[in-house]
Amino acid sequence: MAADTGETPADGFGRVSRTKDVAFRLLALAATLIGIVSLAALLLNVAVDAVGWLDWQFLTNPPHPDPYEAGFLPALVGSIAIMLMIALVTFPLGVGAAVYLEEYADDGYLTRFIQLNIANLAGVPSVVYGLLGLGLFVGLFNIGYGTVLAAAFTIALLILPIVIISAQEAIRAVPDSQRQASYGMGATKWQTIRNVVLPRAMPGIMTGTILALGRAIGETAPLIMIAAPTTVFGLPNSFFSKVSAMPLQIYNWASYPQTEFQYGVVAAGVVTLLVVLLTINSIAIVIRNRYQQRT
Amino acid sequence: MSQPDFSHDGIRTARGTAFRYLFMLCALLSILTTVAIILTLLLDAVDFFAQVSLVDFLTGTRWSPTNEPIAFGVLPLISGTLVITIGSAMVALPIGLLTAIYLSEYASDRQRAYLKPALEVLAGVPTVVYGYFALVYVTPAIDAILPVDLSTFNALSASIMVGIMIIPMVSSISEDAMSAVPDSLRQASYGLGATKFTVSTSVVVPAALSGIFSSFILALSRAIGETMIVAIAAGQTPRMIDLTDPAGMFLDSIQPMTSAMVQIGTGDIVGQGPAYKSLFAVGLTLFVITFVMNLISELVASRYREVYR
Repeated sequence: MAADTGETPADGFGRVSRTKDVAFRLLALAATLIGIVSLAALLLNVAVDAVGWLDWQFLTNPPHPDPYEAGFLPALVGSIAIMLMIALVTFPLGVGAAVYLEEYADDGYLTRFIQLNIANLAGVPSVVYGLLGLGLFVGLFNIGYGTVLAAAFTIALLILPIVIISAQEAIRAVPDSQRQASYGMGATKWQTIRNVVLPRAMPGIMTGTILALGRAIGETAPLIMIAAPTTVFGLPNSFFSKVSAMPLQIYNWASYPQTEFQYGVVAAGVVTLLVVLLTINSIAIVIRNRYQQRT
Repeated sequence: MSQPDFSHDGIRTARGTAFRYLFMLCALLSILTTVAIILTLLLDAVDFFAQVSLVDFLTGTRWSPTNEPIAFGVLPLISGTLVITIGSAMVALPIGLLTAIYLSEYASDRQRAYLKPALEVLAGVPTVVYGYFALVYVTPAIDAILPVDLSTFNALSASIMVGIMIIPMVSSISEDAMSAVPDSLRQASYGLGATKFTVSTSVVVPAALSGIFSSFILALSRAIGETMIVAIAAGQTPRMIDLTDPAGMFLDSIQPMTSAMVQIGTGDIVGQGPAYKSLFAVGLTLFVITFVMNLISELVASRYREVYR
C-alpha cells in the first residue's frame, strides 16, 4: 500500500534531490494546508468579532430588531427540538435498514439496487429534500408550514442515507465468528442480531448517527423550502409549533445591513452554532474512543 | 469460509420472520424516498409546464418570476450555476488533487492522522456559516487586496468558499484511489531511477485516474447543489454568461438555480401561480443534473474498484 512507501528502501530513490521534486513536495503540502489555514483564519475572525456579543443575554433573549437586545434562544431551542425528533426518527429506521442489508439481504438484484439508491440519495442536494418535505409533509400529510414535525421529518430523510451507510459499516465490522458461535448455541437469527450483532455494533452506530445529527443541525435550505419562519419569538411548545433554527436565524440576520448585526450578532450566532456542533461531534468521538479501547 | 455457516439454517420463528419484514421495510423506505422525490417534483413541475411551455423554460434567456415582464427562462440560472461550478472547480480540483497526492505519497502516518480529520472539518462546517464568511470577510478582503471593482454580492467569493468546502470530497476519494494503486507499480518506477515527483505524477495519478475522475464529478455535483453559500454571498441577479468577458462574471452579482429557489421559498409567493410552481421546475432540473452526475461518478468508481481487487 501507499502507506508503506515511506519505510521502503525505494524511498531513497524518491529523495534524489532535484529542485522540481522538492518544489512539488512543498506545493502539495501547501495545497493540503491552504484550506485548513483559510478556515482557521476565518474562524479566528468570527471568534474575535463575537467577543462582547456572545453573552448570557444573547443566549436567553428572543430576536429583536435592536442588535443590542437581539437574542438566540428560540432558534437554539428550535434546533435542539428538531434534532431530538430527527434522532428519534432516523435511529430506528437507519439501524433497521442497515440490519436488513447486512444480515438478511442476499447479494441479489434488489439489494444492489437499494444500495445504489442509498448512495445516490446521499448525493441529492439538500434543497431538493426541502421540496420533498414541502410536497409530502406540508402538502400531502398537511403537517403545516414550518412546524417542528415537518422540519424534523424533512431533515430526517436527508440524513437517513448517511445513518444507514455508517450503521452498515459498524455491523460489517462485527466478526463473523461471533455470529457463528451464537448460531452454534442454537440461537435464532433474530436472537443473534439482538444479543450479539447489535450490542457489538452499537458504539459504531451511535457514532455514525451522532455525526449525521451534526450535519442535520447545520442544514438551512430544507427549512427554507418548507417555509420555516426565519425569525420566531416564542419557544416551540408542541410538535406543531412553528419553529426556527440556528442556521435559519443566522441566514436572516446576515441580510441585515447594520454593522452591529453583520460583525456582532451574526458572529455570536455563528460561534454558538459551531460550539453546539463541536459538542455533538465531541460526544461522538468520546463514544468511539471509549469503546475502541475496550474491544 | 472454514467455519460451517448456520445462518440460513437457523430456527425460524414467527417472531424472527416478523422482524425480517420489518427491517426490509426500513430498507425499502429509501426507494420510497427516491420515488417520493421524483413524484413531488414531477407533479408540480407538470402543473408549471401546463402554464409555461417547456421550450420557453429550457431555451429562455430571461428569468423574472415576479417582476413584469414575467419570464421563466432557466438558462440564466444555469449560467449562474455554471459560473459557481467553474469557479469552485478551479479552487477545489487542483488543491484537492495535490492534497490527495501529498496524503497518499508523501505524508507520514503521523501527519496523515492529523491532516485527514482536519480536512474533513472543511466539509463539516455548516454552509450557512461559509456563506456568512464569504459575505463579511472574504469579499471585503478581496476588495482590499485586488485592484478590481467587486460588488457586495459576487460570484468570486462564493466560488472560493464552495471550492474550499468541496476540497475534502476531492481529496478523500482521490486518495483512496491512489492508495489502491499496487505498490509494485511504484517500485518498478523507482527501480528505473524515477524521482518521487515522477512516480506521483506519471505512475500513481494515471493509474488512479478513474477514481480521481469520479471524485471530481462528485465534488462538482456537490457544488451545483450547494445552496446557502450562493444564496447569501452570490446575489440575486440572474444573468447569462457573457462570453466576451467571462472573468467579469465573477466580480458581479449572479444567481444560480439553488439561489433562485431560496428566493422564491423565502418570498411571499404562494398558491398555484407559475411563479410558485417554477420552484419545482427548477428543482427538477437541479435534481436531474446532480442525479446523472452522481450516477456517472458511481459507475466510474465501481469500474476502478474492479481493476485493482
